[in-house]
Amino acid sequence: MASRPASAPPPSDSTNDGLRVVVAWLVLSAIATPLVAIYVGPLIPPGNGSVQAQGQTFSNQVMTSIITPVLCLMLVFFAYGLVRFHVRRNEAVLDGPPLRNDSTIQLLWVVITSVIVLFLAGFGTYELLKDGAGGGQGPNPIALPAGHKTAFPVQVIGQQWEFTYRYPTYGGMESNQLVLPENRLIVFHVTSLDVVHSFWAYELGVKADANPGVDNVAYVQTKGPSVIHVRCAELCGLWHGYMFNNGRVVSPAAFKHWAVGALAIYQSVKGFVNRPPDKGGAPFSLTYFPQPWRRAG
Amino acid sequence: MRVGVKLVLVAVAVAAVGILVGFYVSHLTTLAGSPSYSVPVQNVNGHPVVNLEFQTVAAIGPKLSQNPDWVSYLVKTKSNGWQRMTVWDLPANATVHVTWLNFDGASGLRNPYLARPQGIVGNQVLVDGKPATSIDPNDASHTFAVPGLGIIVAAPGVADDAKNQCGYAPCPMTNAHRTVTFTFHTTSPGHYRWQCFVPCAAGWIFGFGGPMQTIGYMDGFLNVKA
Repeated sequence: MASRPASAPPPSDSTNDGLRVVVAWLVLSAIATPLVAIYVGPLIPPGNGSVQAQGQTFSNQVMTSIITPVLCLMLVFFAYGLVRFHVRRNEAVLDGPPLRNDSTIQLLWVVITSVIVLFLAGFGTYELLKDGAGGGQGPNPIALPAGHKTAFPVQVIGQQWEFTYRYPTYGGMESNQLVLPENRLIVFHVTSLDVVHSFWAYELGVKADANPGVDNVAYVQTKGPSVIHVRCAELCGLWHGYMFNNGRVVSPAAFKHWAVGALAIYQSVKGFVNRPPDKGGAPFSLTYFPQPWRRAG
Repeated sequence: MRVGVKLVLVAVAVAAVGILVGFYVSHLTTLAGSPSYSVPVQNVNGHPVVNLEFQTVAAIGPKLSQNPDWVSYLVKTKSNGWQRMTVWDLPANATVHVTWLNFDGASGLRNPYLARPQGIVGNQVLVDGKPATSIDPNDASHTFAVPGLGIIVAAPGVADDAKNQCGYAPCPMTNAHRTVTFTFHTTSPGHYRWQCFVPCAAGWIFGFGGPMQTIGYMDGFLNVKA
């Protein structure tokens, strides 16, 4: 590209750069947005492991589709600016065309961004209130999914550094394995014996803080058989990074078979667990305040 | 300097920083720099068998740690006797016979469920030679738990009024102690964390500070190797 002499006049302002940017943006958005919505959106976590996980994936899909045109505008503006307005080698640095107020553009900017933000706020609120979206809702949940009164209860107990699970409908049986029946509404009661943990069952789309002395309730509707990866999502001490295990969603028959075996293992310690708390026991409760702190400072 | 050269230099610098960060994280989280003890392996009818012997003590003592009053595990090594090393190399798909000598008193389990032996052969242990499928959680002194392998074993503590209690480690067999023996099988190669679940750190908040939050005392790794 030939360079202009230093004495050349400023570039003409006759080119409609704004129109070029808008056209390029519209074309790019028209191509990219459907591609993102159709091909990228479904790949966004957490996936299809539960109704709530599916809802989260859909929400991520919607948000990604909405931000795609915004991102396209930024990219087009940036690229066009680099190509059109950069100073070439040996070219004098001259001031650009004057910036003028354009109330139409300003109004459009305020209206469009406001609509996007308000839509996302409304959409997010609806998705949250619909069924809780798998999040911990505290001891008195307000987003109650249909059939919540007959939900299958599972208590999640965090401690440094492992999760264990109690099944109150099986006499408070405790296990270090998370096994759930398929196609069932589950209500998790999440608590902790020591510090703050966070129960994150990735494929189920469940994340609920485990606070000592708090019963944090989260609902999830399981789907077909699957493997669940459970992690702690709250920095909880030395081995936080190793606080994970796997769980399973299985058929009702497989669940009953597993429960019989887990119950048999639990039997030998059941008598100790069901002692009163002041005797070192921990009969099933929504929260626990363990006492064996003989060496605590 | 040409733009291409600058870009290459920036890319190399970013890559170098990334490698350093990765190495640091890997080193920190896998104890790669900590000394490990390769437990001797015997071959019994073509099957690897390991005898692992460790002890738990109330105070590690000044010879083995800068924190002499901290509770700790020690492993019995073939050539250097009892050592404070908590990273142990074991063969994959092996049978591991464990002898655990506990010289410490009871602290009690925060979660009584963990008093139930699991993930070991027969899901039972021998406590002082007697079979047990659980111990009283109030009497628990320490646990040897490997969450990745599903192993939980709790050891009862030495009675508070026992005579000839151990002061500083290593503790000789003449000191009051409890003996727990059990067997487990290693599976595929991997890096498995183990830890104590009893809040046994004397003087620390909730019994879970100090040696419970410091690598190499009440926790470690099983390096299961092919």
